[in-house]
Amino acid sequence: MLQRRITERCRIVMQDRKSLVLVAPAFAWLTAFMVVPCLLILALAFFRRGIYGGIEYDITFENFAMVLDPLYARIFLKSAWIAGLAALIAAVLGYAAAYAIASMPRHRQPALLFFAILPFWSNYLVRTYAWIVLLNREGLIVGIARALGFSGEMPQMLYTEGAVVLGLVYNYLPFVILAAYAPLSRLNPEISEASRDLGAGRWTTFRRVILPITLPGVATGFVFVFVLSIGNFVTPALLGGGQFQMIGNLVYDQFLSANDWPFGSALSMVLIAVMLVLLTAQTFANERASTGRQSAEPADG
Amino acid sequence: MADRLNMRVMLLILSLVFAFLYLPISVLVGLSFNAGGMPTAWTGFSLKWYGALFANRDILRAAGNTLVVGLVSAGIATILGTLLAIGIEIRRRKGRFLETLVFAPMVIPDIVLAIALLSFFSLLDVRLGLHTVILAHVVFNLAFVCAVVRARLKSFDWSIVEASADLGASTLTTLRRVVLPALAPAIIAGGLLAFTLSVDEFIIAFFTAGPERASITLPMQIYAMIRFGVTPEINVLATLVIGFSLVTLALSQRLNRGGLPGQ
Repeated sequence: MLQRRITERCRIVMQDRKSLVLVAPAFAWLTAFMVVPCLLILALAFFRRGIYGGIEYDITFENFAMVLDPLYARIFLKSAWIAGLAALIAAVLGYAAAYAIASMPRHRQPALLFFAILPFWSNYLVRTYAWIVLLNREGLIVGIARALGFSGEMPQMLYTEGAVVLGLVYNYLPFVILAAYAPLSRLNPEISEASRDLGAGRWTTFRRVILPITLPGVATGFVFVFVLSIGNFVTPALLGGGQFQMIGNLVYDQFLSANDWPFGSALSMVLIAVMLVLLTAQTFANERASTGRQSAEPADG
Repeated sequence: MADRLNMRVMLLILSLVFAFLYLPISVLVGLSFNAGGMPTAWTGFSLKWYGALFANRDILRAAGNTLVVGLVSAGIATILGTLLAIGIEIRRRKGRFLETLVFAPMVIPDIVLAIALLSFFSLLDVRLGLHTVILAHVVFNLAFVCAVVRARLKSFDWSIVEASADLGASTLTTLRRVVLPALAPAIIAGGLLAFTLSVDEFIIAFFTAGPERASITLPMQIYAMIRFGVTPEINVLATLVIGFSLVTLALSQRLNRGGLPGQ
């Protein structure tokens, strides 16, 4: 109580006006180099591409109409499919890994979690390149297969859809492990004991008790992997080898080769819209899940 | 009995996941010491590819550029991010708006921020180069420095601020002599984190560095090399980059933890 009063007084000592001075430089920086540029491409998306590149400043919706053109809509669906697949696999693997970490002795868990996330801090390009080394035609996997006496024609592994999904899963898995671990580590072991005492089997306990409580964490992981994957252009370019395009590559082309900035901006805006819808839906779902749990708690007790 | 089986399954899952996470990187590191340089055959331990790398002028220049971008952008982000964190924490009216703004660079897809900045700089006729990469990198570095410093401020004992004020120190003196020293470990940790992120960042640098060869950063150089295929030089470079990130990260972790008494 005393502590709280002291804290209150200290906050009055340094007043809001002073805090504004502290916040202002960062705020100005973010406004100049994030907010304004993003508003700029939002505006660009409604302009028209000039005949010789460049931009004509009359308002149009045709860039957004073009996104719906079957040619581009197909790329959108393809990207969503690959991102969805990567997110699903990462979610399953990540949940299993987080569950395994959470079931280890308590004092071991921080170190295990640390090492699970560590690869995430190494360079993205390097981690992707590692798979080129493994998957290419003269790569390690083919080499091992040959050494084991396999002499037939090896299937193409690099530059396939599968390679892209694999690369995305590999790069973002630590992220899902981190997201899924948080609710699992908070899980009270008494809950599953209670469930078992009431006669539920191991599988029923997991499916009916543990999974529903811990699902929001892995759902967060799923949404993030999906969002990070759908706009990715590095992995499709390196592991897909230009065999197919994803939205990220399409945006890249509009700015660096096709020179259609308005269309590229429109694509980015659609990307942002997809991301915002998913993140909002997920926040909403998590909030609903947690209020549902709170109202159920007295009944449990 | 059943629990022991359960434990075995969990250990199996863990081993598989860790193998999946670490084997590809380990192969890369191992190959960088392979005399023959090719992934299919081990022809003996050698450091000759390391020698070759350090004789490559393009790579050295790119590494130099990356250091400049990393140091300057992390430096600016550390100052602005620390002030921002303190500002947000002492504010009595908590605005969700500011927090969302700071958090935004973490969720906006890199490619969108990259093309937005490219359009912005081109429309203003700003010449692209290392300076534009620095301006851009501060945007996402700010978020990370701010997050690390704020975490530290949560356990900050505000009564020492009052003690300082009671003893007649001005707000500025209190900030400089009391708050900043107490936050130092977190500030340095945040700065190191920002430095690591900047050194590894590729997409935004790629779009905001411009077409000149003189402003190529190390990740841009790596990307260009990877597109040509597998070479011993990239294995070496990749190994060094991984090692560098790990050392900086370990340093940052150690500082931040060592600075928290009672934890």
